[in-house]
Amino acid sequence: MFNPSPKQFKFIKALLFVLALLPAVRLLVFGFTDRLGANPIEFITRSSGDWTLYFLCITLVVTPLRRFTNWNWLIKLRRMIGLFAFFYGSLHFTTFLWFDHFFDIAEMLKDVVKRPFITVGFIAFVMLLPLALTSTNGMIRRLGGKRWQWLHRSVYAVAMLGILHFWWMRAGKHNFEKPILFGTIVAALLLIRVYFAWRNRGDGAAKSRTAVQKRQVTPTLT
Amino acid sequence: MPLYRRPNGIDLPFSSEITPQDIFESRRSFIKQIAVGAVGAGSLLQLSSGEAWAQAAGAQKLAAKANPAYVVMDKATSYKDATTYNNFYEFGSDKSDPVENAGNLKTRPWTVAIEGEVKKPMTLDIDSLLKLAPMEERIYRLRCVEGWSMVIPWIGYSLSELIKKVEPTGNARYVEFTTLADNRQMPGLRAPVLEWPYVEGLRMDEAMHPLALLSFGMYGQVLPNQSGAPVRMVLPWKYGFKSAKSIVKIRFLKDQPRTAWNIAAAREYGFYSNVNPDVDHPRWSQATERRIGEDGFFTKKRKTLMFNGYNDVASLYSGMDLKKYF
Repeated sequence: MFNPSPKQFKFIKALLFVLALLPAVRLLVFGFTDRLGANPIEFITRSSGDWTLYFLCITLVVTPLRRFTNWNWLIKLRRMIGLFAFFYGSLHFTTFLWFDHFFDIAEMLKDVVKRPFITVGFIAFVMLLPLALTSTNGMIRRLGGKRWQWLHRSVYAVAMLGILHFWWMRAGKHNFEKPILFGTIVAALLLIRVYFAWRNRGDGAAKSRTAVQKRQVTPTLT
Repeated sequence: MPLYRRPNGIDLPFSSEITPQDIFESRRSFIKQIAVGAVGAGSLLQLSSGEAWAQAAGAQKLAAKANPAYVVMDKATSYKDATTYNNFYEFGSDKSDPVENAGNLKTRPWTVAIEGEVKKPMTLDIDSLLKLAPMEERIYRLRCVEGWSMVIPWIGYSLSELIKKVEPTGNARYVEFTTLADNRQMPGLRAPVLEWPYVEGLRMDEAMHPLALLSFGMYGQVLPNQSGAPVRMVLPWKYGFKSAKSIVKIRFLKDQPRTAWNIAAAREYGFYSNVNPDVDHPRWSQATERRIGEDGFFTKKRKTLMFNGYNDVASLYSGMDLKKYF
């Protein structure tokens, strides 16, 4: 089993950080070299939206991958990946708020309420905010592990809303290839968790059965 | 708060942005001279001038007389933007797919069958079509249903010229246009995005309106494949998808034709699909649009005009509820 030394882990983490930053660097380079195409704002919006979904998927891959490989150190990379999902989500949202609505908040909210595909995208982004804000060690301590974990499970809902947002956006052009691909990946990642939970519950049920048996035994003793 | 707001907020450019016709023309010939004279410098010009870019790409010229009745005061979109950012689903659904995949389309020989409720059904080859009426250059605004717009100098003649030739019967109330659907030349047909072939249609009076242009070229050249070569419709008061490209059949009908986008999503794409800032697409507002290549990052989107600013056509729809018949 691969288990990196602290030095190796540092390197892996730094490498991942640089890789995760590349899509943003690409946008900057394209921007300065006139390679964003005829509709640069659309290019940035789509690219940042795509990368938000990619990073959401990668965060969801961590747990199953860790379970299957026993590479427990992977969990220490998840926070950074999650924050990158938030980073690209923020870029996506900012592009919408800035270049589509020019910071006209009232207009933006009208759009959010009126158009279901924007509504779900907006909800997904708002739901990412508390996750990003509670990503520090201090916040984990303050919330307590259980509550923190409960809160951070809302990323499942964020991923599903993200897919729905993408799906509805593409429905206008009847082009579902990519939403189907993303949807399948997210569905698979979530189903794996259902399977894990079901197996655990199996274990848990067995445990509680023994507990009940013990309790039943105890009264007869008294 | 926007960082920069156009002070007038309407769809007209500043007077300083309008190039007078003679300067526009002389600039063109100047650029042409340079492009011809200095092939080495041609690569530089590709970026700055559509004309030079098209010439460098070996496009075929198409002579046309500018029709002063159809000139808008907007700056024309660059040839590069107009020919690299396209919706032509037969070649793929990404904007960059048509320019990448349409290169192998064979536009000659090409025939267009004209049939249905006409006294003189005929099949015309592209050369007879080109000769059917004098070629005009008309600068039209093009508004896509996706919320962006361009300004394109098209070349062609009014569809009515062709319609008069085939003499529709009294039964002809609609016209239907069919796009080529050839699996060997069009990789986009593999995706079941639409019911192929692509079909669009007009009511007879819409088809007879002088604005309805049967187009063979743009920017002084024959149409590039990705823009609907060798012959397409251009209907500037309707969203772009109403204009069928690479047309192989024109049919005159008694009943309203079933059209590709209407079949795919009737709630989103009506039969008329006139540009209308008051009727939102279910997924986005149509009140504003982004002018490709001209509106910078920090420019507020421009207000969309009713019928894309072509108010001549309003009489075609008098008494009609355009919210219902969107």
